[in-house]
Amino acid sequence: MALVTFNIWRGSSEGGEFQRYQTEISEGMVVLDAVHQIQAEHANDLAVRWNCKAGKCGSCSAEVNGHPKLMCMTRMSDIPQDKDVRIEPMKSFPVIKDLVTDVSWNYRVKQRIKKFKPRPPDDEDGTWRMAQDDIDRVQEFRKCIECFLCQDVCHVLREHSLHDKFLGPRHLVYTAALEMHPLDVEDRLEDLKKTENIGFCNITKCCTTVCPENITITDNAIIPLKERVADRFYDPLIRFFRLFKRGRS
Amino acid sequence: MEKYTTFEHDVLIIGAGGAGLRAAIEASAAGVSVGVVCRSLLGKAHTVMAEGGVAAALANVDTRDGWQTHFADTMRGGQYLNDWRMAELHAKEAPERVRELEAWGAIFDRTKDGRILQRNFGGHKYPRLAHVGDRTGLEMIRTLQDHGIHQGIDFHQEITIISLLKENDRIAGALGYDREKGRFRLYKSKAVIIATGGMGKIYKITSNSWDCTGGGTSLAYHAGAKLIDMEFIQFHPTGMVWPPSVRGLLITEGVRGEGGVLKNSEGRRFMFDDVPDLYKHQTSDNEEEGWRYTQGDKDAKRPPELLTRDHVARCIYREVKEGRGTPHGGAYLDIAWIKSKISNAEVHIKKKLPSMYHQFKELAGIDITKEPMEVGPTTHYIMGGIRVDADTQMTDVEGLFAAGECAAGLHGANRLGGNSLSDLLVFGKRAGEFAAQYAKEHSQMQISEEQVANLTGLAEKPFARYDQENPENPFQIQSDLQEMMQDLVGIIRSEKGLNEALESINKLKDRAVNAGIGGNREYNPGWHTTMELKHMLTIAESITRSAIERNESRGGHYRSDYTEKSEALGQMNICVWKTESGEMQVEKIPKKEIRNDLREIIEQMK
Repeated sequence: MALVTFNIWRGSSEGGEFQRYQTEISEGMVVLDAVHQIQAEHANDLAVRWNCKAGKCGSCSAEVNGHPKLMCMTRMSDIPQDKDVRIEPMKSFPVIKDLVTDVSWNYRVKQRIKKFKPRPPDDEDGTWRMAQDDIDRVQEFRKCIECFLCQDVCHVLREHSLHDKFLGPRHLVYTAALEMHPLDVEDRLEDLKKTENIGFCNITKCCTTVCPENITITDNAIIPLKERVADRFYDPLIRFFRLFKRGRS
Repeated sequence: MEKYTTFEHDVLIIGAGGAGLRAAIEASAAGVSVGVVCRSLLGKAHTVMAEGGVAAALANVDTRDGWQTHFADTMRGGQYLNDWRMAELHAKEAPERVRELEAWGAIFDRTKDGRILQRNFGGHKYPRLAHVGDRTGLEMIRTLQDHGIHQGIDFHQEITIISLLKENDRIAGALGYDREKGRFRLYKSKAVIIATGGMGKIYKITSNSWDCTGGGTSLAYHAGAKLIDMEFIQFHPTGMVWPPSVRGLLITEGVRGEGGVLKNSEGRRFMFDDVPDLYKHQTSDNEEEGWRYTQGDKDAKRPPELLTRDHVARCIYREVKEGRGTPHGGAYLDIAWIKSKISNAEVHIKKKLPSMYHQFKELAGIDITKEPMEVGPTTHYIMGGIRVDADTQMTDVEGLFAAGECAAGLHGANRLGGNSLSDLLVFGKRAGEFAAQYAKEHSQMQISEEQVANLTGLAEKPFARYDQENPENPFQIQSDLQEMMQDLVGIIRSEKGLNEALESINKLKDRAVNAGIGGNREYNPGWHTTMELKHMLTIAESITRSAIERNESRGGHYRSDYTEKSEALGQMNICVWKTESGEMQVEKIPKKEIRNDLREIIEQMK
């Protein structure tokens, strides 16, 4: 047992400040346990989102000592306890209250991405055949728990606030899962280029680093999508250059 | 008078887990306007935590499977207290409900010939659970969510419903508030579907998320719906026992399905020591055969680790009680041992049980490919709930429907793993279909201003009480309730303990009406918790009263003072409802006579 000091951001969309709380930390506790203990002992109205406390629902995203984390999966023993522990809401989204942010933008973006559209069934009984090898990479994307930590660290959203122009890594993963689904016949490449501005991503891989599900967002989802977009919209040019080069040599 | 905003839908669905979303998709497809309210953000409901799979007799892996076998397995698992019509519909319709998810984008793991792969699970005769590693629930909820958002359904996120509204004994809507600002909202609707899931949070050790407080079941009860089978609670045998803060967190039965074995501190596989008669002919009596079963040998019988959950949970409880437990008071669950059987065990385990690997690594610092896990029983599921019509899912209240865990009947005295995800698909769909039909045939009832004003007035009281002398802390009341239920109404019960529990519930009720809360109505967890206490106490009371009434041991209900089954009680369901004066009434009601053809199926498969 150790008495640990927390600095938790309290406030609303109109502003706020860090407040200090102390609570006893026992073996095996995670940051969310500490927040709940503070809520029960000192601050009944401290707002925090959570559901499963098992790293499966992606509700308790926040920034712990500046690192975007799921609070339920961040063990107290993994962070220094001799210094104050700073907890604040995600920065890429407007604050509602305390640690709770307005993530509704994410739901709106998802809704405008064209839905899954399967090819006709392979079999008369209405079923399809897919090889496990062909679905492995899509299953990786479908591990996403929509915690939006990748959106939180994405420079395009966090620093440049281009929410109205760019869909963010979460929805690139979502689009990749649809585009690489073996049964899907929809075409989302034009939208990716023109309205969702996939080109804004400059592959700094911050999103991959924070993903609690260890989805290789940049390498497996974003880069292949960028390549598909490039193949579609720039390929003729590349072919032209190749022709030119061949002619010269 | 308090201002509120009014919303109007033909069908209002409370809850956005698997059952609620499936109901919404069906109702909107029927051409009525649909609103879904959920307490959390969309896609965060407890369904995300379902791991092992969805049971459906697709017969992709073993062609001997069929709806009759699934039906018989479900009835046997439920110790024949199930509503046989629900068990029949469930077994017949589950395959189509699973296939249709694939048409909406779900990607289940595959067989070698490219079909949906199915795995073994406790109590299922054949490999029957379609799955995606150990995150099947997430795949399902995301599929339903991503399909549903394009169906013209109105989603109202982070809304708490405080009361259902009736006029002239018919459902008229519901009143709630948005958690963000605490503003009241009146939902007018012709039909309402409750799909709010379970109640694990009234216990201290549970695998359930915070949402599972029994809220919807209680709303229905207070609106006049009858509840049945509330004494039957499934304590899942394998929850985490260490560290303390994650105690109760689920370890999927899939670990045992993949060959994991249970051992006590002496290294003995104690599950071989006690196999119930009902299952003796289906259970292997040696380790070698058990292993072959988990590896798909169709001639092998299942290992005793895959007996029904109630039995396995009590065996672990016994080992611990008799001094053969692990250091933190559980049993060992070992999957690492399979490296002596297969060459690429480490990769295999990570591939088949990724979340489990992750969960132990992150939260307990244990590598399950190398060391055994420590496990113990955890409150997982309630078989009981709102009584519904088997075909339409309508409750005892006109226009009020229920589906999923909050509804009762399908599982009887004990639920088989995998039958929950199929339950919410099959009966979510039916609830949506029949609620839409009801809405088309009925008009909207007028809701009196007085009724609304009374409710909003009550909802504001906790703030006024905060300024009184010594207001009760709602979090403290909640945790006292959880401790008490864990001790007195848990895995082993007795009349003495249950009566103590009732007394305790009465005291907690008195305290709950004195709970006060500071701050304002904007995103205030203290207020949310205070509003929840009434529901949690209602559910606790209904479980306790039902448990007193059933003086026998059966399925998820075990009485230390009546350890045997009673033949007479095997013919009865226990039913509770609210009387005119507001008291909780308990009564035994006889089971419906089973249809002859179904009886024959059960006899053949015994």
